[in-house]
Order: sequence, then C-alpha cells, then structure tokens
Amino acid sequence: MSAITAEQVAHLANLARIDLSPEEITNLTLDLGQIVDSVAKVQEVATSDVPATSHPMPLTNVFREDVVVPSLSVEQALSGAPARAGDKFRVPAILDEE
Amino acid sequence: MTELIRLTAAELSSRLQDKSVSAVEATQAHLDQITAVDTDLHAFLYVAADAALATAARIDARRAAGEELGPLAGVPIAIKDVLTTLDMPTTAGSKILEGWVPPYDATVVRRLRAADLIPLGKTNMDEFAMGSSTEHSAYGVTRNPWDRDRIPGGSGGGSAAAVASFQAPLALGSDTGGSIRQPAAVTGSVGVKPTYGAVSRYGAIALASSLDQVGPVSRTVFDAALLHDVIGGHDPLDSTSLTDAWPSMAAAATAGLKDGALKGVRVGVIKELSGSGFQAGVTQRFTETLALLTAAGAEITEVSAPNFEYAVAAYYLILPAEASSNLARFDSVRFGIRVDPAEGSLTSEHVMAATREAGFGPEVKRRIILGTYALSTGYYDAYYGSAQKVRTLIQRDFAAAFDQVDILVSPSAPTTAFKFGEKLEDPMAMYLNDITTIPANLAGVPGMSIPIGLAPEDGLPVGLQIMAPARADARLYTYGAAIEQLLEATWGHTMLDQAPALALATTAKGAI
Amino acid sequence: MAKPELMDYDKALELFEPVLGFEVHVELNTKTKMFCGCANEFGSGANTNTCPTCLGLPGGLPQVNHKAIESSIRLGLALGCEIAEHSRFARKNYFYPDTAKNFQTSQYDDPICHDGSLTIELESGRLVTVEIERAHMEDDAGKLTHMGGSTGRIQGADYSLVDYNRGGVPLVEIVTQMIEGAEHDAPEIGRTYVAGIREIAKALGVSNARMEEGNVRCDANVSLRPRGSKVLGTRTETKNVNSLRSVERAVRYEIQRQAAVLHAGGTITQETRHWHEDTGITSAGRPKSDADDYRYFPEPDLVPMAPSREWVEELRLTLPEPPAARRKRLQADWGFANLEFQDVVNSDLMDAVEATVAAGASAQSARKWWTGEIARLANAAGVAADSLVQPAQLAALIALVEAGTLTDRLARQVLEGVIAGEGTPAEVVASRGLAVVSDDGALIAAIDEALSKQPDVLAKIRDGKLQAAGAVIGAVMKAMRGQADAARVRELVLERAGTAESGSVE
Repeated sequence: MSAITAEQVAHLANLARIDLSPEEITNLTLDLGQIVDSVAKVQEVATSDVPATSHPMPLTNVFREDVVVPSLSVEQALSGAPARAGDKFRVPAILDEE
Repeated sequence: MTELIRLTAAELSSRLQDKSVSAVEATQAHLDQITAVDTDLHAFLYVAADAALATAARIDARRAAGEELGPLAGVPIAIKDVLTTLDMPTTAGSKILEGWVPPYDATVVRRLRAADLIPLGKTNMDEFAMGSSTEHSAYGVTRNPWDRDRIPGGSGGGSAAAVASFQAPLALGSDTGGSIRQPAAVTGSVGVKPTYGAVSRYGAIALASSLDQVGPVSRTVFDAALLHDVIGGHDPLDSTSLTDAWPSMAAAATAGLKDGALKGVRVGVIKELSGSGFQAGVTQRFTETLALLTAAGAEITEVSAPNFEYAVAAYYLILPAEASSNLARFDSVRFGIRVDPAEGSLTSEHVMAATREAGFGPEVKRRIILGTYALSTGYYDAYYGSAQKVRTLIQRDFAAAFDQVDILVSPSAPTTAFKFGEKLEDPMAMYLNDITTIPANLAGVPGMSIPIGLAPEDGLPVGLQIMAPARADARLYTYGAAIEQLLEATWGHTMLDQAPALALATTAKGAI
Repeated sequence: MAKPELMDYDKALELFEPVLGFEVHVELNTKTKMFCGCANEFGSGANTNTCPTCLGLPGGLPQVNHKAIESSIRLGLALGCEIAEHSRFARKNYFYPDTAKNFQTSQYDDPICHDGSLTIELESGRLVTVEIERAHMEDDAGKLTHMGGSTGRIQGADYSLVDYNRGGVPLVEIVTQMIEGAEHDAPEIGRTYVAGIREIAKALGVSNARMEEGNVRCDANVSLRPRGSKVLGTRTETKNVNSLRSVERAVRYEIQRQAAVLHAGGTITQETRHWHEDTGITSAGRPKSDADDYRYFPEPDLVPMAPSREWVEELRLTLPEPPAARRKRLQADWGFANLEFQDVVNSDLMDAVEATVAAGASAQSARKWWTGEIARLANAAGVAADSLVQPAQLAALIALVEAGTLTDRLARQVLEGVIAGEGTPAEVVASRGLAVVSDDGALIAAIDEALSKQPDVLAKIRDGKLQAAGAVIGAVMKAMRGQADAARVRELVLERAGTAESGSVE
C-alpha cells in the first residue's frame, strides 16, 4: 500500500523544511518505500479494540505551581543566536519580495 | 597511572576517601589515557582537561578541609554529547549544532556536579542518537576498543568505548531503543536503561520523547548503581518524571553479592528474542549463562511475547514521528548554524530549509521524512495510530510475562560488534539489529546489559540483557550483580581483563 | 493595493445570508507562562523572560501551569461549557520564526472545555445565543518586528526581529459553532460577542482583557450563502482583529466584499485575510492548501489531564455574577436610562462607576464625571479613563461639589490637580485656593455694584423678565473670577432686585 512517490517525498521535505537535492529525493523515495512496506505490519494487529498508548507510564495531572523562577539573562538567551540585533534575534525576511 | 584507570569507580572512590589518591591524580590519569588512546578510538568529541583538573583540585581542597563528600566525589565521568552542559559544547553529534555552548546544564549534569563527579568531556554518538553504530556522527566514527575495525555500538558508542578503554570509569548515556545497552554489549561494558521517568530528561536533547531515557554506563554493575543513585529521582522540570521514592540501587547491587541471591529467582527467557537470526556465539554464551543461573538455583522458564514481532515496526514509526517534531526547532534562529541557500531568495523559509539540508546527515533526514509521513493527514491512523496500539500490546506481553517471572532475559544484541560500513547501506538491516532492546523502550520497563563472555567465532564481547517490571530497577542491580559475580568467579577475572587488555596495550603503544 | 469592489450592505443582505464564526484568543494573566516559570509580563525588555523551554532550546521540556488550567476551566464554566473528564495537549507542527519549537503546544481532539454558549443582547434588544464548540488551551508565539521597507509591515521588510517574551504565554482559544440567522445584525453580533467574551474574562479575573495590548484577539470567519440556497459558501478567516469596532467593521467589510465578488460571478477563495485598521479593508493572506498539514499528535512531553469533578464544582462556586445579569442589576440600581447605561458600558466604565458609587457618590454624578470630563481627558492623553483617577478620589470630589464647596468649573480644575498628582481633592482645593466664595456679603456687594451699572437690566428683572438676570450674573461671576456658585448668585440677584424696589438702591 505504500508506493511512495518522489512527489510525495518532495512534499514531505517541504513540510519538514529540508531543501533536499534531487538525488536525495530519489534515494529517499526508495528507502522510504522499503521502510514503509516493512513497518506497515503494525496494521496487522492494531485492531479497533486495542487502545493506543502514547506514554509508557500512565501518569495524569502533572502540574507546576504558578510561581516565577529566574529566566536566562538576555546574553545567555542570545548566546547561541546565528544573528542578532540588539536584544532580539534577527531572521531573514519572512516573505519573498515581489 | 595505569593502575588508577583500571580501578572501578567504587574502588577509586574508596582510595579518594582514604586520601591515598587525590582527585587531581585520578583525573590526570584518565586525561593521560585519553591522550594515549583517543586519537585512535575517538570516543570523545570534546575533552575539558583544564576544567576537570580545576574541579578536581577544588574537591581535593574541600576533602582536605574535612568536608563530608558524596560517595562518587572526585570520580571522573564522561558525558554523552546529547546532554546539555554549561561549560562544554553540546552537538548531539550533529553538524547543525557545531560549537553550540548551551546556557544551561541538563538536570543529570547538574546532579553530577552537585555530587562532585568530575566531567572529563563529551562523548561521540550517532547524530541525534539515530543509529546503532556511531557511524552516523557528523564528527567521525568511534572505534571499538576490542577491534578497531568494528563499531562500538550506537548511538552511545562514545560513552561505551570510553569506559571500555579505561578513559573514564563512568559515563552517561541515553537509550531510546538500545543506545546504552547495545554499545555496552558490543564493548564488554555495563549499561542500564532505567524505567521511563526514573531519570530526568530535562536537558537531554530529545530524539523520541516517549522512549528516551538517560542512564549509567560503567564497567561493573555496582558502579552503574552508584551512578544511578546520583542521577535518578524526581525532577519537576520533566513532566514525565516519576515521583516514586526509589530504593538505593547501590544497596540493591550489594544485596546481589550475598550467597544464594539467585536461589528461587524466576527467570523468563523470551522465546521471540532467541534462536534464528542470532549469531551462534551469542546464543552459545547466552545458553551457558542460563545454565549457570540454573546451577545457582534460579528457575528458568520460557515465556512468549507474541507481539514483540511488531516492536521494530512500531518503533520505527513512533520514533521518527516524535523526532520529526522534536528536531523542528533546529531552524537557524536561536542557536546552531545558519546556512544561506545557494539559489533563490533569502527568506526565513529558504534559509531554514537550506540550513536543515546542510546541517542534518542522511539518517536524520531519512527519519524526519519518515516521521513526517507517518503523522501526515490520511496516514496517521494507519501508521502512527497503529504503532501506538502495538505499544499497548507489547505492554500487555510484558505484563503477562512478569506475572510468571521476576526478570526477563535475552541476548542484548543479535550479534557481536559488526564491521564499519557493514549495515550502512541497508537501513532496515541496521534497524533490525535493535530487535532485542526496543521492546523495553516501548513499554517503559528498565533494562540492563552485562557482559557474559566472548563469542568463540570472533572473540568479541556478548551481552546479556536483563529486564524487570517498570519501577523495579533495583531488581536489575541485584540480579545483575549476582550474575556478574557468578561469571567472574567462573572466569577467574573480569570481562575487561581479558582481550581488551591486549588490544589496549597495542593501542596505547601505537598512540604513544 | 487596489481597493476591491464592495456591494452596498443592504443589497448584499438582500441577496445573501451571512454565516459567521469566531475564534477568540484570550491571553491569561497568570504570573508565569503556560509551560515554564518565566514571568508572563507585558512590556519587559526584549527576551528577558525566556528560558530553555520557551526559547525552544535543545533539551528544554514543558511543565503545565496549574493556574492556567484553573483559569481555563473557570472561563469554560462561565461560558456554560462542559469540562472534559480527559484532556491532553497535542503538537501542532508548522515552521515560523516566532514559534520557538516550530510547533505550537495546543489541544486538538481533547480540548479542556466544550459545548457552551453565550447569549448576547444587541442594541435593539434582540437576544442572540452563540453556541460555543470548544475552548482549548495553547501557548502564544513570540513577537516579530519587521524591519526595513517603508511600512514596517511584513511585506517588503528586509529582515525581522524576534522577541520571545510573549512566546509560551497561556492562551485560551474559544471557538464558536457556525452562527446562522445573523442577518443585518452580523457586524453587531461580532462586536457584541467579542465584547461579551472580554467582559467575562475580565469579570473572572483570568485575563487583563485589554484588546489594545492583544490580551483578546479575534479571528472572524465570514461566508455568504445565496438566498434560497442550502449550500454554505466558502469562508474567509480574517485574522487578528483587535478592537471591538474593528470586529464590526471587518465583518461588514467581508460581507460587502464577498457579495460583490459573488454577484460579479466570481468565487471566494478559502484563505486567511489580514485586517488593516488604518484603511478599514481586509487583504488576502495565505490561501489554505495541502501545505497546511499540521501533523497533530499527542504531546509526548506532557501527560494527560483528568480534572476531578470535585475540583470543577469547587471552581464553579468561584464564578462571579454573570456580566449580563450584573449589567441588568446595576442599571436598575442606578436608575440609568438605556442610553446612559450603554454609554457607561461602551466606555468600559461600569466598574469605575460602581466603585465610585460604592465610595458614596450618586450614580448620576459618577456617570457624568466618568463619561464626561474624565473620558475627555483620558481620550486626549490616549489612556484608559479608569487609569486616570481613583473612584474614591472622584467620589470625594463629587461630595465637595454637592456640598457647594466647588462649582462644576472649579471641580474640573481640582480634577486636573488630582490627576497631576497634587493630592486628594481637598488638598488640591486648599493648595490651589479654589473653594467657592460662599460669603454672601462679598457677593451682595458685587451684585449691587453690577445692578447699579445696568439699570436697564434691573428694570427688566422687575418687569418679570427673569432671563435678563443673566447679564448681571455674568458680570458678578467675572468679578468673582469664577469662584462663586452661579445658582446662588442668581438667587441673590433676584433677591437684590426685589430689595432695590423697596428703595435701598438708586
């Protein structure tokens, strides 16, 4: 049922924000097809009467009190920034100029 | 100094306490060993020699001043590069984080420092812990101290190799599908994946949040227990952290050394994790160990876990799905590298995509794309949803098994250390190598790997995996220590006293 | 950009039936953020309230703020919602530079509150019940500032700056069901509904509820269905409409724009649109597409919530009087006419008037001052009226007027003094020497002098043309430099004019 296409991989790469090269798309299309065929076997036993488990330990209601704790200093916060302007992170234009 | 580095953490600790050895001497000895062997092995990505010696000197001064220090105070430790550290770069083996120095310590690192252990440096790993061979590190492979043409396991190959080659008595690892236990198995060392939630994940760079667990890497079960006691326990910064009052793991390990510790212990052998697909020498050593256990009074039963067959498939849906989301934050805005696109406009979107293309290795991209697929509209129920159901079935298998037995055992890995490149071209073959270790992560139960001898056909270490019910980590230490003692009594020496001693002698000479 | 064609509103309503939907984001006023202990503060220095968790640093993990859950449940209860027995967070995955983790931690298939309603009353007296589908929790994004270009807008910017202080602030998103039958009232329904949510959030104390600071933000969905058709039209979602007036204008605008497009044979694109406050138009944003695949899945770093029924009932007991009921009660207590009351409500001065009355002032005086002089001063200063003066101070000022110590004119000067921080009304009166001259002797002397200077006026008064007294009153007030009570002056003028007849004044 998998039959992953190159178009699909390109679409997934776009969703995942990775600028894959055409060769990578070709290779990943093959890899993904094989992997998906192989992992699809989960469907054999995943019947409707089986509940899903999202967490290994069944905890509920884990909360934090609403008490302020010290934040990072501005310098610490910005210490890893590839680009900054003053105390803010600097990012390239969001929209294409047109 | 050779003698110092061959001490267990517990032995070193008692020498430090009786002041026959200083923390500076112990640290220097390990730094010397790193200098001697690590150019070749490449277990470390970063060595904090000056900081380690300075920390050691402060600890010596405090001890000299009569201060009461913890049991591991002054003992050096290596830290897997997946854990954030204030004073050392943290890359998770990825180019995208090259040179990043975090503004905070992971909770476990904070606890190490509070217990006065001495961080020696950061160890190599598969990029973002994706892999079983450390071949996927962006910074080059780590070699197995037993055979330098072979992998040290993964993703925590660096931590395991560091401990196995006496560069550190202790190390921290992280285990998402076997990344502590499998490297321990193939390097003849000890590794523990605690119960999910027993050790804080805060500051552990997430691979798959619902599977990741930080744990100890060492050469003996007792050393692992000492380290577990330091890093374990509730952390309010990790919402999945358990609030249990844990028993002392060190005391649990000590209990295993008593005569008759294994008498009447019900040991389950998982039918689905043995037999075909396992290397002959692995099966042989495993079977011999079972015989030893029987002789020591344990009751061996075969138990079936029919849904383990689906574990690898479920794992390779859940892990990529969570990872695809966890790794979204690597976007060139707040930390890490930024790469401009070769062509097209310089928008945020394009710069992010170009950075992620350049910064992530092929295995990371493969899993992100797979995870994105598994979560996307129209496929969620068939893949991610089904995988979560398989998770329920595997938990049920464990529950049924633990109704009959106290611990479960299996070989830690289907094979001994394989050669570099052997499985690199076939991702599914690499994934299937994790078949033994993955079920514990899916169910959240604790698992331990201890060495049980060398496979006759290749002379490489074989590991025994012991699993206990969730929250029963102490059981691993008790029975792990008992089995370790039994084996060493049979051999007349420790595991790492045999082949690696030779291998290291040559390595050390070669490096000098 | 070119202004699109608009159809006359009445004609649009003749041809089409508007169908509405609103998503209102209420920012909670907890002390800390949704998932970390950083301060939830407006106006701090950039990136001062950040930590590994809200900055999305590698290794950061979320911890749920208990107070935020409590506030969300109370908000849900006030909106008549069911509180879910099981609720959990999910990740909504998308890349954007203001979203530190590149996913929003939100709720998807298990929202904390669902199935409520809010009944609103329009100016006509029409009651409209807006059904609420869900109220779920999520974290806010950071703030982007667009640099370069001419407009400061995202379009044409050279680069952008990010401040993550707001990133991770708790939000409750309240989503309505489709609202049909709005008809001509559609824009007013939008405004009144958002005002209602805002009022409830404020009354509960769960939000500062200041729209100008973005505490309450509205996305308005509008579609048109041709009269007689059963098929719903394609809807647009106008984002971030951030004042009550804008909600009304944006809904009206979209109805007129969509009607023109449809009438001309065009089609509506399903898209998000941006509201432009300055020009009063919406413009096309990103069209909805396959690319909007958010890949929701349960947040593995957080565990599910199961709010106990006991807790929910405890919280229900803490709910204040519903704002609509309170309005009815206060209007009756105060005896305000509808227009008077509306004026107070629309100016957001109900609390201020209530507090002033509680401090001893009459309701009418309190209303006149708040909606009159104080609102005027606040408007000029560009601040909220209730931030200018304390209700107790105003009540003291009103008491001085009613005691005859101050005229209205003098009282306005005293108010300025109070606002300028010169002290209590009594202190300002003393320091500025503003008390009314209440010594009749001084007034009578001034009146007699004025009357003697204007014998013709005196004659007119004596002829019974009492309005002529105005000229004399004016002269007296001028002579007293305003520090006299005009009513008392008038009384005395008439009295003196009568006395003069008896001959004491020539």
